[in-house]
Amino acid sequence: MSRLSPENVTIAEEIIARYPRPKSALIPLLHLAQEQDGHVADDAMTHVAELVGVTPAEVLGTCSFYEMFKRHEVGTYVVNVCTNISCQLLGGEELLHHAETVLGVKAGGTTDDGLFTIEDVECIAACTEAPCLQVNYRYRYHVTNDDFDQLVDDLRAGRATDVPEHGVLATVRQRIAGDRLAGVVPPEVATEAPVWLPDPAEERAR
Amino acid sequence: MTAPTDADVVPVTVNGVEVEANAGELLIDACERNGVYIPRFCHHPRMKPVGMCRMCLVEVDAGRGASLQPSCMLPCTPGMIVDTESDLTKKAQDGVLEFLLINHPLDCPVCDKGGECPLQDQTMAYGPGESRFVEEKRHYEKPIPISDTVYLDRERCILCDRCTRFASEVAGDPLIHFQDRGSQTQVNTFPDEPFASYFSGNTVQICPVGALTAKPYRFKARPWDLEEVDSTFPNPMGDRVNVQSSRDRVLRIQGVDSDATNWGWLTDRDRFSFEALSHDQRLVTPLVRGDSLGNATDDGDELVATSWAVAVERAASAITASLEAGGAESIGVIGGANLTTEAQYVWAKLAKGVIGTDNVDAQLGDGLPAQVVTALPRNTISDAMAPGSAVVLLVDDPKEQFGTLFLRLRHAAVEGDITIVELSPIASGLGSLVTVGAHARPGDVGAVARAIVDGRTDVEVGGVEPAELQAAAAALAARAVTVIVGRPSVAEQAGPIIDAIAAFTELESVSFLPLLRRGNISGALDMGLTPGMLPGRTTLAEGGEWYRAAWGTVPADSGLDTAGMLEAAVDGSLTTLVLLGADPLADFPDADLASRGLAACRTVIAVDIFASSSVANADVVLPAAGFAEGAGTHTNLEGRLSPLMQKVNPPGTARADWLIAAELAWALRADLGIESPESAWAEIERLAPSHAGATVEQVRAAHDGLVIPRPDDAGADRPAMVSFSAPVPTEIVPVDGYALRLVADRRLYDQGTIVQHCASMAHQSDLARISMHPLDAAALGVRDGDLVRVTSARASIELPARPDRCVPRGRAVIPLNRAGADVRALIDLATVVTDVRVATL
Ligand code: SF4
Ligand code: FES
Ligand code: FES
Repeated sequence: MSRLSPENVTIAEEIIARYPRPKSALIPLLHLAQEQDGHVADDAMTHVAELVGVTPAEVLGTCSFYEMFKRHEVGTYVVNVCTNISCQLLGGEELLHHAETVLGVKAGGTTDDGLFTIEDVECIAACTEAPCLQVNYRYRYHVTNDDFDQLVDDLRAGRATDVPEHGVLATVRQRIAGDRLAGVVPPEVATEAPVWLPDPAEERAR
Repeated sequence: MTAPTDADVVPVTVNGVEVEANAGELLIDACERNGVYIPRFCHHPRMKPVGMCRMCLVEVDAGRGASLQPSCMLPCTPGMIVDTESDLTKKAQDGVLEFLLINHPLDCPVCDKGGECPLQDQTMAYGPGESRFVEEKRHYEKPIPISDTVYLDRERCILCDRCTRFASEVAGDPLIHFQDRGSQTQVNTFPDEPFASYFSGNTVQICPVGALTAKPYRFKARPWDLEEVDSTFPNPMGDRVNVQSSRDRVLRIQGVDSDATNWGWLTDRDRFSFEALSHDQRLVTPLVRGDSLGNATDDGDELVATSWAVAVERAASAITASLEAGGAESIGVIGGANLTTEAQYVWAKLAKGVIGTDNVDAQLGDGLPAQVVTALPRNTISDAMAPGSAVVLLVDDPKEQFGTLFLRLRHAAVEGDITIVELSPIASGLGSLVTVGAHARPGDVGAVARAIVDGRTDVEVGGVEPAELQAAAAALAARAVTVIVGRPSVAEQAGPIIDAIAAFTELESVSFLPLLRRGNISGALDMGLTPGMLPGRTTLAEGGEWYRAAWGTVPADSGLDTAGMLEAAVDGSLTTLVLLGADPLADFPDADLASRGLAACRTVIAVDIFASSSVANADVVLPAAGFAEGAGTHTNLEGRLSPLMQKVNPPGTARADWLIAAELAWALRADLGIESPESAWAEIERLAPSHAGATVEQVRAAHDGLVIPRPDDAGADRPAMVSFSAPVPTEIVPVDGYALRLVADRRLYDQGTIVQHCASMAHQSDLARISMHPLDAAALGVRDGDLVRVTSARASIELPARPDRCVPRGRAVIPLNRAGADVRALIDLATVVTDVRVATL
């Protein structure tokens, strides 16, 4: 639907400049696109392709590998309910079923008001806190049906302040200090180790 | 190829037998070379290994115990012990196939690939008899078009990465890609962005299953019904092909891997051109002027069908009448560049040795003089692109016109250590792979070449800045240079190009690859289908005596080229014109002169496969055999001879071109003494200085063809071949600050006869547009898509404009032969370059 806005193009150019090859900025730029629209639109992919000098098909090839890049509109809040083994044993599937009933959509669907998308996910690495879920990738642990209802109310009322807007993964944009930049030396011509690795000569001396 | 030295040899034990592998060679290739075939899907000898399919797993012990390893990813190491038939290997093959078939629809009975499908064959040979998979398979929409000619059936795809690797690695058009990687991986394009690659057909050929199919062949035949023969595609590269037919109809052309030329690839235009062969508008019977009732009368308005006897007799009497009234000079022959080399010789002999005219030209004002082309020291494509060499491009965009050469150049630029300097007026499809883009202003390329060769690179020359000149000189320094030279634009006359050639001949180590338009143009120039020349790269002056002894007569003086003939026709001194597969009305740069010339001729005799506009106005039309309908020899830009084989019969009573010449000679009471292409070749081999020692047997036997002249001195007793002498340099035309200099180039798909008679390609020819640099466009107030009026000293045309960053400042590009506007109206052949003014409407 939409290409990157002029402000985002400025940010994109800054991101591209961090890498020896423009193509390496592909994934950060897809995040940027998702932040802008809440999902990665086709036109945004075409725009990203132009910015980094690859074809849209290549952008799509990368983008479509990652579940967390949404290529269609999703709700303001994406709720991922874990149904993998630990959560399943402790009621994950029942929780998902409850969520579907409360919101009136099946897993994968979005509510009519555009607020919620429910997804069924595999293990989200919080097995000790099962059953668990994520809202826009922020965790909720030991979730009961009542907790879920409360969460929905909070989100509707704007009380869940730790949950960022749709499409936003990190609440702070990555900033790399100048001296820690990867630099613009393509790997094939680099002669020394990158700044964040210990100097091989020093290593040997030790 | 050099013989391997001991250090390059790696001993490997394969199935208990010690064999020799080359250092760095992949195990799968080493085994195959030694007679042990390892099944594979993703491995392709012309692409990098990826190890996608796992079909090539074999048991290998490289010193740490036996284990299964993909042989397509494994370079041979000394002492490796390989078992391609062990139980473990077999179990692996069996398992891989069972997995590959899990989601495969097994729809072989309705699949084009059935019968020649590696998946089918290898399942039979190595696979399990049964599947244990009882679950539901993946389902996709059955074939989706991914381009105008290619269909993709994702259910059949085994994800071998061949098509996608071809698109990105070989063609440089990564418009198809793996998507939804994981359990849902599929090959696809970006939505609404088709796989519009000039080379898309190659993916169909290399897909190891029936996932990719080509529209022109879909459901046309079963592989076991096809008969096939290896042949040569008559394009300037001489691509090796396999021609396949069923029931006397060519149904498919596949590329054949020849190390010397096309490496197995073809452009879509060539691959699918067979559609034209069986087009119902092919000429199938001779035509002469007649009345509306179909009676042949001398002054009828219509073309009516007749017999060969009547048509040939009419042609012969027109020639005789002209001979009597105006002498041999009143007869001319235009065309012949698409004939076989043998037919070109026979026509040259008919024109020069029987009729006695030297008004013969295979080029239509868009070539280079044969005296220049045949005199240049040539290189082979492979040597030109050997690591450490340099290539100068002064030709049409190879991507548009000479696709397989483009792929070779692209490969060399990406993989090899070569430098490419582009002197053509606009950037080619090689884009940033070019080392230096020194895009010379039309008319100034001679000066630019001179500056680079002489190292006078401190001031701007011909629109090229000192930095580029210096970079170009540096890119050529201390390297063996090959200049690939042709006519990048018909709006720039040959003079400046010849000056550039002359400059480059002064380089220390230089050779040339003349890359001109039309299939067998090299053969035509070699066979003397051009004014002033005789077969075998010798001139009238040098070889006249020799050929007079063989032929009886030879013209005394040099004749006219195409432009000269058309002018002579207009002023009445040329009265009979033979068109050999030539269409001057559509193809000669000065359309007006062509139409006046043809109209003024008393008799136009056309030999062709289609009734082009010029043919439709002819007085006698003789239907000729097309590609795969006759045998002979092809000559490519290197001077490489390779066999053209007959696969089907010509339609109707159409005849081979050489036979038409022989019959015409007979009707003129002369005997050419030629009974077959072989006898024509024997005569060429016996007489032509450049062809000494190249016998039919040798040409047929050599897998990669035979390059002439042969290195031995078999032709020592023959006339000397022409040598290059630099002409007086062409004056540089000063730049008109208010005008743009015109570049008239060609694109792959145009209004050409063959493309327009192929259902799958005809619609791909775009409208004519004028492109110019965005800053020039802005200065003129022209926006994308605006209709503009383009005016030269001669005429003006109207067409839409397109700003294009790739066009250098001060130039305007209009493609030839596109629907909409005819750029030829602007071009004046009498001026070296054409300047145009552009105004919005
Ligand atoms: S379409 Fe054919 S060539 Fe392409 S990945 Fe699938 S099986 Fe391989
Ligand atoms: S199983 Fe639910 S977080 Fe691991
Ligand atoms: S051929 Fe080796 S993995 Fe496919």
